[in-house]
Amino acid sequence: MTDNRLGSPDTWLDEHGAALYKYALVQTRDQHKAEEAVQETLLAALQGRDRYTGGASARTWLIGILKHKIMDMFRHDAREVQLAEPEEEAYLDEDEINAMFIPDGHWRSKSSDWGDPEDLLQRGQFMEILQRCLDALPPRLARLFMLREVMEEDSENICQELAITPTNLWTMLYRARLGLRQCLDRNWVGNAVQAAARG
Amino acid sequence: MNMLTCKDASHLVSEQLERRLSFRERWGLKMHLWICVNCRRFERQMNFMHAALRLLGKRAEVADDSTEFPPEARERIRKVLAERSDHDHKH
Repeated sequence: MTDNRLGSPDTWLDEHGAALYKYALVQTRDQHKAEEAVQETLLAALQGRDRYTGGASARTWLIGILKHKIMDMFRHDAREVQLAEPEEEAYLDEDEINAMFIPDGHWRSKSSDWGDPEDLLQRGQFMEILQRCLDALPPRLARLFMLREVMEEDSENICQELAITPTNLWTMLYRARLGLRQCLDRNWVGNAVQAAARG
Repeated sequence: MNMLTCKDASHLVSEQLERRLSFRERWGLKMHLWICVNCRRFERQMNFMHAALRLLGKRAEVADDSTEFPPEARERIRKVLAERSDHDHKH
């Protein structure tokens, strides 16, 4: 009965494969990982299809499973790369954060005016530049940031899954946000605002 | 009450996306933003980034045709699923 809405497993790949793959690719930024996540998701769905209650669409149900699979992969990777992490461009360490402020706690340089967000979102390749800036974050920080901001995973869940404290999480998100802001400022916003001013 | 510095304010701006600030923190931030144009801009930037990232997630969830699902991967997964299905039927 619920099988009617979920469809037969033979059809999942054709009906939802591309959507799952795209979703996984945005999150993992890696073709092979995305493929693996899709495979794991469909296998889990096959095994757990009796648990599908029909409360959500098949697509939503599968994406729910996919999110867990991606989280598992992130958690696994987080353990692996934790030891040696290359310092990369969009990462701001404590010193760099401190350098953004003068000793009395004021900003060292003025914040740029990004103008009207709605307008800027429409303007050109914002999403591509955002993606490039996300890619420039160190892997561990990027994953955490994607989980929280893009997949909208609960803070509590992330802390539990990755075994970190909330304070820890907030600090890392803060650094990622400042790094991303700097990257956007340099690569996109400044240019876009200038272009707008030139008319 | 001491005024917040820009650095303090920037932490609170980020953290208010994660947790409900205390009354004292909210009040302090409000006062600071009232007088500080740089932090007002910073807050707008953070909120904008937050919204844009969610949009990225939403797009990933709805779009299915723009990214090619590699045919080899599709076939490989099809086989794996078929094997697993058969296996399940036999047990």
